[in-house]
Amino acid sequence: MTSESKPYSGEQAHAAPLPAGGPNPPRSPEPEAGVAPVGESLAKDAWRRLSQNRAAMVSLGLLIAIIVVCIVGPWLLPWGLAEVDWNAFGTGPTLENAHYLGTDANGRDLLTRTLYGGRISLSVALVASFVSLVIGVLYGAISGYLGGRVDNYMMRFVDIMYSLPFMFLVILLMVVFGRNIFLIYAAIGAVEWLDMARIVRGQTLALKRREFIEAAHALGVRDTKIVTRHLIPNAIGPVIIYVTLTVPKVILLESFLSFLGLGVQEPLTSWGVLISEGVDMMESAPWMLLVPSIFLAITLFCLNFLGDGLRDALDPRTR
Amino acid sequence: MTQSLLEIDKLSVTFQLPNGPVTAVKDVSFSIIEGETMALVGESGSGKSVTSTAAMRLLPELAETTGAIRFNGENLLEITPKRMRRIRGNDISMIFQEPMTSLNPLHRIGRQIGEVLIRHKQLNGKANRQRVLELLNQVGIPEPERRIDSYPYELSGGQRQRVMIAMALAGEPKLLIADEPTTALDVTVQAQILALLKSLQAKYGMAILFITHDLSIVRHFADHVAVMRYGEVVESGRTLEVFDAPQHDYTRMLLDAIPRGRKEPAPADSPVLMSGRDIKVRFALKKRLFGKSQYFEAVRGIDLSIRRGQTLGIVGESGSGKSTLGRALLRLLKSKGEIRFEEADISGLDKSGMRPLRSRLQVVFQDPFGSLSPRMTVGEIISEGLKVHHPELNRRQREAEVIAALEEVALDPSMRNRYPHEFSGGQRQRIAIARALILKPELLLLDEPTSALDRSVQVRVIDLLRDLQKKHGLTYLFISHDLSVVRALSDDVMVMKEGRVIEQGSTEMIFSQPREAYTQALLKAAFLDDEVA
Amino acid sequence: MLIYTLKRLLQAIPTLLIVITISFFLMRVAPGGPFDGERQLPPEIEANLMAAYHLDEPLPMQYLRYMGNLLQGDFGPSFKYKDFSVTELIAQGFPVSLEIGGLAILLALLVGLPLGIAAAIKRNSTVDYVVMGTALTGIAVPNFVLAPIFALVFGVLLGWLPAGGWNGGALPNLVLPVVALSIQQIAYIARMMRASMIEVLGSHFIRTARAKGLNEGEVIWRHAIRPALLPVMSYLGPAIAGIITGSVVIEQIFGIPGIGRYFVQGALNRDYTLVMGTVVFYGVLIVLMNLIVDLLYSALDPQIRYDD
Repeated sequence: MTSESKPYSGEQAHAAPLPAGGPNPPRSPEPEAGVAPVGESLAKDAWRRLSQNRAAMVSLGLLIAIIVVCIVGPWLLPWGLAEVDWNAFGTGPTLENAHYLGTDANGRDLLTRTLYGGRISLSVALVASFVSLVIGVLYGAISGYLGGRVDNYMMRFVDIMYSLPFMFLVILLMVVFGRNIFLIYAAIGAVEWLDMARIVRGQTLALKRREFIEAAHALGVRDTKIVTRHLIPNAIGPVIIYVTLTVPKVILLESFLSFLGLGVQEPLTSWGVLISEGVDMMESAPWMLLVPSIFLAITLFCLNFLGDGLRDALDPRTR
Repeated sequence: MTQSLLEIDKLSVTFQLPNGPVTAVKDVSFSIIEGETMALVGESGSGKSVTSTAAMRLLPELAETTGAIRFNGENLLEITPKRMRRIRGNDISMIFQEPMTSLNPLHRIGRQIGEVLIRHKQLNGKANRQRVLELLNQVGIPEPERRIDSYPYELSGGQRQRVMIAMALAGEPKLLIADEPTTALDVTVQAQILALLKSLQAKYGMAILFITHDLSIVRHFADHVAVMRYGEVVESGRTLEVFDAPQHDYTRMLLDAIPRGRKEPAPADSPVLMSGRDIKVRFALKKRLFGKSQYFEAVRGIDLSIRRGQTLGIVGESGSGKSTLGRALLRLLKSKGEIRFEEADISGLDKSGMRPLRSRLQVVFQDPFGSLSPRMTVGEIISEGLKVHHPELNRRQREAEVIAALEEVALDPSMRNRYPHEFSGGQRQRIAIARALILKPELLLLDEPTSALDRSVQVRVIDLLRDLQKKHGLTYLFISHDLSVVRALSDDVMVMKEGRVIEQGSTEMIFSQPREAYTQALLKAAFLDDEVA
Repeated sequence: MLIYTLKRLLQAIPTLLIVITISFFLMRVAPGGPFDGERQLPPEIEANLMAAYHLDEPLPMQYLRYMGNLLQGDFGPSFKYKDFSVTELIAQGFPVSLEIGGLAILLALLVGLPLGIAAAIKRNSTVDYVVMGTALTGIAVPNFVLAPIFALVFGVLLGWLPAGGWNGGALPNLVLPVVALSIQQIAYIARMMRASMIEVLGSHFIRTARAKGLNEGEVIWRHAIRPALLPVMSYLGPAIAGIITGSVVIEQIFGIPGIGRYFVQGALNRDYTLVMGTVVFYGVLIVLMNLIVDLLYSALDPQIRYDD
């Protein structure tokens, strides 16, 4: 059928009347007997749009680079995490002795420590984000899908939790149970799941009413299939976007805790700890503050650009 | 010879989009004389809205406009912005399509109307309020002294549009541009608004530029018409002349795109396929933890029955409960009352009980955009039902069925691996029909299947539905607010309002001899009261 | 309006109860007590101390006792700062924190809102990029990195402002802490305001306003700003919470004698009552702030007001 009217766009409300596709005759796929060319899924479309966003791509590259360096770097560098170079206390960046970014007040190589710290900071970010993702998605999806009174109570609970001064409770937890890395993963994850739950619930509620869900019901498709084949793939977009917002928040949270002295314990270190040490030595050895700060700042910048890029790529309105 | 009030002279508008320039309007020329009504007609994407917005110089910055727009001799494209602002809202006013969102939600309506008076008529204080009350009266807002202090959210769609008209009138304009002002309104409200515009036009001696896709409005409302397609004017002239003797193919096609024909009645002895008795549906508005919840009664006790091979058309305006009734009959909603399918009582069946029946009772929804799952290919969408009801089929067999189904609805089978967003609205509806038909149902619920489509596309989908019904002996339950479509497809018609049946009977009877006042009003509003059945 | 206020107040109570209860039991469950870390005390003296502070009673009893005291406004004595009760400590520290925090939020609004509006109006221009770029820095660079840098640059190197200390709240001492505390929120508020303005400027009723012949200034001021403010208002609650959280660090860095500092010290010292007192206090504060923000929001949006 090649004489259909153009792709359905005229009825969408544009505040300023922009034609979505212009008055060009509609493009119809060329018919070929037997062969059925694969169309462009929304995921592919989103990826294409994302790859055209230079800032996002550069950020993605940088992030991957940082992750790789933090994982591989310490194996390549001569100095260990807690290894003291008795000849170099608080020296600045130099090429000798392979103290490329200097040492700290205790003679430990700063670059090495920063990379190890990166491992911790990034792993906390990923694990805690994952924890909050899992809890939030399950909670939100169940609440949204079941709806009604159950949804009411579940969301009331979230509302109450939302108004708690969580930071303080996390600090409390740290104090009470000691500064265990796994506890940090769990505590931070437990703080962030609330937003995720709200978003997923909102998505689920909106999707529930969409006609393709009704159509699936009308076909007789079972509930579990509906959730897996229809709800979840369509809710993923905002979830991904939200994860890119959560990860920087988590990194900041962990750094914040570490800065206060309530984060990871020796011998482990993180960027927050290093920054805290750097603040103390700010006047005499500024590189101690600057090196981990720069790593942290770059990571956060990249996450932000990537997040913005993802948001634009996945936003159906700008399609 | 009266000088033209508004003269559009070789107007072109090109949008500089990031993907490349798009020309929305190409060399458009027409003129409007004082006091007359000119209609600008076209389907979506024809450039009619852009043209009218250009006349107000309200286009966004990335629009390049060439040509001339002369208002009383003055070229609006060349005057200063300051001068243009004196004209906007004052000499030329505009009302828009979306009354629900076109008013500032945080300002009272008296203030919004009064703003025009302050800016253009230098009216303040008491005099301002007086005039606003007068205007509210003129546009037919009841209790103006109370309403003047209302917020928009307290008004209905029709009332909001009246407020928009009042705002447009406040400047006592010579030209009123109305961009699809009634498209989003129910047909009876539409009739009221059109009547209002006509009377105000007579009173104020305004010219009206009326943009629409609805030819029956043009016929009854406009003196002149210009038909647009793909950004160009293909034909223009006096309405009666153009409608009687269209010169251009496109105009001819538009005029022809009225649902035609009538349905052959089903054999008199065909058995009752589906029936419902005293069907009631209600929705909870607020669930309170303590005390009574409030309910909204969407369907208030309806009886109906459909015989095999018949089409029962259900018409009504928004809020009439027609869609809810349809869904209730197919057990997609909770309801009270007895529902029978082929003599068996299905009202008490749960999900798994209904499942085997689902292949025999199928649905096609209104929104071609939303009824197809965005992340599945067309082939997957169509074959989903097969997986549920015919699990014995292997992949190759399913694919064969999908190909056959696509051919049935006149779509190219090689497109089955594409995604819904790659198709047009009409094509998506065909996919939805294919999805329903592949299960070889006996009853098909069609819930406003063509309402979101352009007229020319509608007609083809309606023809397709008709052919399929004949070919497969299908029974249709056709729900729509569009009376002409219902007339073309149905044996019997049921008119609903606010959850109740107003009138019921054969198509012939309802359309040529309606008994109830509401039915008559509906027909009149749809301009079907003077057409021969 | 009154009913709405009362309803929200009632809703706040369960929240507070949960805060208090969780903090209480967490603290008690902690390994180690408040008297650890000091020189080993002879068991009888320790027992006496425990009895004096009622720490030997069963937990539920302690809980009830604590609640009872709370209702009388008594947070109990500080275990570490022996001469002071928690109430006194909070009373001392709160005005300080309030001043810093209050000024910070004001600054955030006064700077963030106009920046966001400007960026939205001059979208995709140099102004827009500069504002958004600066905002990005505020978001990506944590305040515990910025604050010491500020102290270093403005305090030590340039010597314009004191690098720390309270000095009874003298103006020069206020500048750096307040600015450092507000930067993150300035960034968030600017971004939100910009996004909100852009969305509002594209809406239908703005089109109507222009069609009425209003000039751009009138369109923006009379029609666009108030609706655009609404989503940002909803953000105020979390913004205030963010300032409170941030103050903990800022007070450390600049040596400001506010509650935040007491809290951290208390946490590190396992000073039960002090920590709990601050948590409860902050909890009440946040709940109250949220309530005020809600009321502000309903003042802006008439639809919420009449909606039950």
